[in-house]
Amino acid sequence: MDKTVNNKAWFLVLPVLVVVAFSAVIPLMTVVNYSVNDTFGNNDFFWAGLEWFEEAVTSDRIHAALGRQILFSSIILAIEVPLGIYIALNMPKQGVWSSLCLVLMALPLLIPFNVVGTIWQIFGRGDIGLLGHTLAAVGIDYNYTNDPLDAWATIIVMDVWHWTSLVALLCYAGLQSIPNAFYQAAKIDQASRWKVFRYIELPKMQGVLLIAVLLRFMDSFMIYTEPFVVTGGGPGNSTTFLSIDLVKQAVGQFDLGPAAAFSIMYFLVILLVSWVFYTVMTNLEKAEGK
Amino acid sequence: MAQITLKNLAHSYVANPSGDKDYALKELNHVWQDGGAYALLGASGCGKTTLLNIISGLLRPSHGQVLFGDRDVTQAETSERNIAQVFQFPVVYDTMTVRDNLAFPLRNRGMDAAYIKARVGQIAAMIGVEAMLDRKARGLTADAKQKISLGRGMVREDVNAILFDEPLTVIDPLMKWELRTQLKQLHREFRHTMIYVTHDQTEALTFADKVVVMHEGRVVQMGTPEELFETPEHTFVGYFIGSPGMNLLNAEVRGNKAIVNGAEVALGADYGAVSGRTQIGIRPDYAVLTAGDGLPFTVARVEDVGRHRIVRGQAAGQPMNVILPEGTPVSAEMTHVALTPDRINVYADDWRVQGGTV
Repeated sequence: MDKTVNNKAWFLVLPVLVVVAFSAVIPLMTVVNYSVNDTFGNNDFFWAGLEWFEEAVTSDRIHAALGRQILFSSIILAIEVPLGIYIALNMPKQGVWSSLCLVLMALPLLIPFNVVGTIWQIFGRGDIGLLGHTLAAVGIDYNYTNDPLDAWATIIVMDVWHWTSLVALLCYAGLQSIPNAFYQAAKIDQASRWKVFRYIELPKMQGVLLIAVLLRFMDSFMIYTEPFVVTGGGPGNSTTFLSIDLVKQAVGQFDLGPAAAFSIMYFLVILLVSWVFYTVMTNLEKAEGK
Repeated sequence: MAQITLKNLAHSYVANPSGDKDYALKELNHVWQDGGAYALLGASGCGKTTLLNIISGLLRPSHGQVLFGDRDVTQAETSERNIAQVFQFPVVYDTMTVRDNLAFPLRNRGMDAAYIKARVGQIAAMIGVEAMLDRKARGLTADAKQKISLGRGMVREDVNAILFDEPLTVIDPLMKWELRTQLKQLHREFRHTMIYVTHDQTEALTFADKVVVMHEGRVVQMGTPEELFETPEHTFVGYFIGSPGMNLLNAEVRGNKAIVNGAEVALGADYGAVSGRTQIGIRPDYAVLTAGDGLPFTVARVEDVGRHRIVRGQAAGQPMNVILPEGTPVSAEMTHVALTPDRINVYADDWRVQGGTV
């Protein structure tokens, strides 16, 4: 049978193309444009080639921010993933308590980022904050505005508080899909609690864990609002992560060229790391399927 | 290995059971002899799985006791009972190889590696999975997975009992027959107590020495396949076993005679006066179509099932089936049905009445 050739059908794709162009392609191209030009205002641009990229790659300031960023993401992944799994394993499987748990767990996820930041900013204050005041009262010298370690601790605890629920809820969904017969069989086979986790629960959670790790990695690598509200990147530069640094440069100093070059590389790094994560974890799954 | 005794056992899934109907398992006393091959037969939802899970400890009974030998294990954990159970749907550990799956229960018991290797080899040969021992269990077909589940159930030699919960549901017919034969052989070899739950009477009758029939949470009869066929203790057994099941005709019983809608039927024994809802039961195999003897019979249709034909119709106004041996013609003169007197059982309120000598 001959196919009907009608190129007019291409027009049906047009709305999508327009939307994508305006929402993604054009803004991205603007950034690309900025990254290879220099400007002194008045909308006058001068060709700068790869100068800004070279500057970003060799900048100690950006290196330091990248180091902090990697450290931050590693720490919160190392805490949130095991903690999320642990919570999911201990949540009630059915009944009223399970619904209550789900609601409680979902609450932090529903709070806007800057509100989370504000909550912890106040919570940690020595004068009026419950946490800061209590710690001071029991004699712990805690001050997140002066002490880099305290600032880090505050931001990490805040992120754990905000996002562990996500990991837990995803894992919980994974666990719920395990038929009861598997647990019964494990009992019959006299498997220990650890073996039940290792051979039944973990394999069934693998898929959702992949998603959880990816989401948490990307989000934490791009984190801006909460640490900015709590510490503003301080004390000094000790909590200045990549995005905070980027915003300082782009909006604070209005260095559009370097900031554009920086953000393109930032984007590529996230893309690259996510791709590596995804590939490694899916290959792991495939290898096990053999 | 041990004899398993169920003492006044009952179970209800409801917290505060008010009446009989709240019990998934009604009070029962039962002894599973050490080394017996039992089939637990009954319609879906009659409490078979509940009973099995109570024996294996996956479920705590709300009343009564479970004894292994003399030891009360009612409150003991499944793992303490050292019992094997195979479920209706395959359960395999996806990330393990087939070999590791089979070895899993042995490793959990801390057996030594050489023994495990030998035993796994033996079981693999028996269920025919030697070729796939080193591949992951994930992605196998349902019947391969179920074979592995069966293998895992049989791998321990020292278990108190092996329980099968309709294990061959997902297996294709040829393999079903083969595995059942192997189970039977395995039973002869190792004399494990085996309890095999099924709703398929052929499966039950071929596997077991003793068949236990359950109905609505009650054990209604335990016996050899023959006993179940010849003298069903309960109308359900009569109806459930045999194809088609036993014919039940409402009747009035006086001594050694039954009156069905005014027509008289001779019985093989003297029953005196029977009270309650009275029925007589006769297997379709023991009814013969005649030209004048017995109850008036009208033929509704004849079904050819291969070895014989089944005549469905009405005897004295009540539905009845008769099996015609191969080669017997059906003719228009056959207006009556004769019942073999000593093959007739009498039931009062569904339970069989013991007859005295005539």
